[in-house]
Amino acid sequence: MVLRLSSGPFDTMAPNHQALELRGLTKRFDRPAVDALDLTVRPSEFYALLGPNGAGKTTTLRMVAGLLRPDAGSVSIMGIDALKDPVAAKQVTAWVSDEPMIYDKLTPLEYLEFVAGLWGIDPALAEPSARELLVSLGLEANMHERCEGFSKGMRQKVALAGALVHDPRLIILDEPLTGLDAVSARHVKGLLGERVRGGCTVIMTTHILEVAERMADRIGVISAGKLVAEGTLAELRQQNGRGDTSLEDMFIALVDHQAAAA
Amino acid sequence: MTTTALNWFARHEIRLAWREWLAMMTGGRAGRRRAVIIGLLVFGALLHIPAYAVIGRYATLQPPLDRPALIVLTATIVLGWALMLSQAIESVTRVFYARADLDLIMSSPVALPPVFSIRLAAIALSVTAMAMLLATPFVDVLVFGGGLRWLAVYGVVVAIGLSAAAIAIAVTVLLFRTIGPRRTRLVAQILAAVIGAGFVIALQIAAILSYGTLSRFAVLTSDAATGFAPGPDSMLWWPARAALGDTGALLLLLACGLLLLGAVMICLSAGFADTAARASTGVVSARRSSRARSFRSGSRQQALWRKELVLLGRDPWLLSQSLMQLLYLVPPAVLLWRSFNDSSVAIVLITPVIVMAAGQLAGGLGWLTISGEDAPDLVKTAPLPPSALIRAKIEVVLLVIGALFAPLVVALLLASPEQAAVTALGVIVAAASATAIQLWFRVQARRSQFRRRQTSSRLATFAEAFSSIGWAATSALALSIPIAAVFSGVMTLAILAATWKLSPQRD
Repeated sequence: MVLRLSSGPFDTMAPNHQALELRGLTKRFDRPAVDALDLTVRPSEFYALLGPNGAGKTTTLRMVAGLLRPDAGSVSIMGIDALKDPVAAKQVTAWVSDEPMIYDKLTPLEYLEFVAGLWGIDPALAEPSARELLVSLGLEANMHERCEGFSKGMRQKVALAGALVHDPRLIILDEPLTGLDAVSARHVKGLLGERVRGGCTVIMTTHILEVAERMADRIGVISAGKLVAEGTLAELRQQNGRGDTSLEDMFIALVDHQAAAA
Repeated sequence: MTTTALNWFARHEIRLAWREWLAMMTGGRAGRRRAVIIGLLVFGALLHIPAYAVIGRYATLQPPLDRPALIVLTATIVLGWALMLSQAIESVTRVFYARADLDLIMSSPVALPPVFSIRLAAIALSVTAMAMLLATPFVDVLVFGGGLRWLAVYGVVVAIGLSAAAIAIAVTVLLFRTIGPRRTRLVAQILAAVIGAGFVIALQIAAILSYGTLSRFAVLTSDAATGFAPGPDSMLWWPARAALGDTGALLLLLACGLLLLGAVMICLSAGFADTAARASTGVVSARRSSRARSFRSGSRQQALWRKELVLLGRDPWLLSQSLMQLLYLVPPAVLLWRSFNDSSVAIVLITPVIVMAAGQLAGGLGWLTISGEDAPDLVKTAPLPPSALIRAKIEVVLLVIGALFAPLVVALLLASPEQAAVTALGVIVAAASATAIQLWFRVQARRSQFRRRQTSSRLATFAEAFSSIGWAATSALALSIPIAAVFSGVMTLAILAATWKLSPQRD
């Protein structure tokens, strides 16, 4: 079940907008981390962003989430210019990083109360949703315990619950399955799939190619800050002329090809 | 475990202690090493000036000393011992909670008692070495003015360092075994704070109650203290006699210190592994919220307020530091209470103490709320303008300071409305200044990194201290010499302006 918790900016958003549109997105550190990237993610799509270490995936997603200011380019979330109106864009977005950052001295329920408060969600709607999320993530017995003693997997689940409690329209996840056991990973995948079916858009980076292969509607491969391949699994196979090969083989071939070209 | 292996582990421990100290001093930046060493040398050289002012006149002291002199010297040594004990308790607690390190050691194929004995000895060594460093300017002044016999003070420092480390280890292990690992961390922190400040504060309170003054020496040199003190041959004077160059007393003192540490190591090192293992598992034990309640409604700012207040309320550092500040406020509070019965002018001394405490506490609170954010990505991705986030955090600092200091101002109001008004203004300005400095020098850090906050920016640390001192002086002068208060206030504002000019967040 996906609750509709708030009547935020997305109720007034014009239809037919893409969930995420990046145009010429650029970020340099000592070298270009993201290089004039164009990327479009459609509404209600599960999009997996793949790439080798240092390819620019996390930098891209951090710019989308409003954590990094791009050097150039534009970011549009549900039709909202995220650089001009970051508050409205953030209202419909959730971000989960690979390193779960939560408050050790708060309980999961207190953490979700804080997140719901920050996003301005009505407590009468947020509380049952928070409890339901914690139960579905297997944290029912821990919801009144302080997070200071939690394992990395449990912390990751609390962070994920925090991302979902305000019912975002775009969920950005950077390696969300890191540290999760098989059962928890399945719970998380189930929750994300449910959100996508409910109209939410998910964009996720992962090194577990099997997850991308099984869950993603479309896959983008990024290398050296540029999108080097994009499409459904079938389209990627077609593009690479490898009809029956696995995503892993295709990914390695693509990355090797890019490295050789560089 | 062979002697070679033990030597190797001892070297490893000393290297770790050295690097930790160096990281504390440099704020973790390798490029600063040379600057820090030069700075420390300059600081050490400058420290000779106050050392001369404090202790220079005692350099020519010759035994036998009269009782008041023996009492003052012994009290000074006890103060040093209390500070070393406080430092040692903090170090031992840290060793217990260095979980990854303990996991590695305990999973290695070595006999644990000798390894932990070395670790305990390393704590004793680091505490003693630090005390010797701090004592050096004072010993230099004494040697320069009174001869080489004063080098015996170093021996006294070693002896009390060993005994302080031994007691700290015993106390901490005892706490672990009686109240459990989770509470030990908090209690040990509070204990360290109370022991560090308790001795001086107790003397101050005694001085106020007996003589209506904040001077500790009034108590130590009083007829009552002299009459109560034992005869010149008492063991109580061994440390003082040892400091004055009595070789026999010094050797006895060193032997006692070594014996005490040895006994503690022999008795406790065998169980240390078990205690450490309990510590590492105890920390992760569940701590349940005492009450279940519904989500509260309110604005986004109110959600931030609530979060900050809950986190502050659950912060062990803040609890120990607040207790420390409250302890420092006890002597002026006693002075205030006593001044209701007479017309002592000493009551004016309360205002700078309160203002100084407010500034210092606001600096710590400011760091915890503004820089110490454990979920920075969450608050940055929240649909709130950055200014609203910062404003909510500043409001929390000022709210807590207001709640803590309002009762004191109200009490002052009953004694002197004018002084209460000046104190209230001083508290507000000092707290606002300290918070502003934390805002200008904010860095992203976890709350648990609080211990290193003072090394991340020396400029911010000094500016915060000078600002608090400046506003304390200004408020005291406003009550006694108003024209001088104008000068002091302008000076403090100039310090703040210079700090802002040099701060990284100016833009």
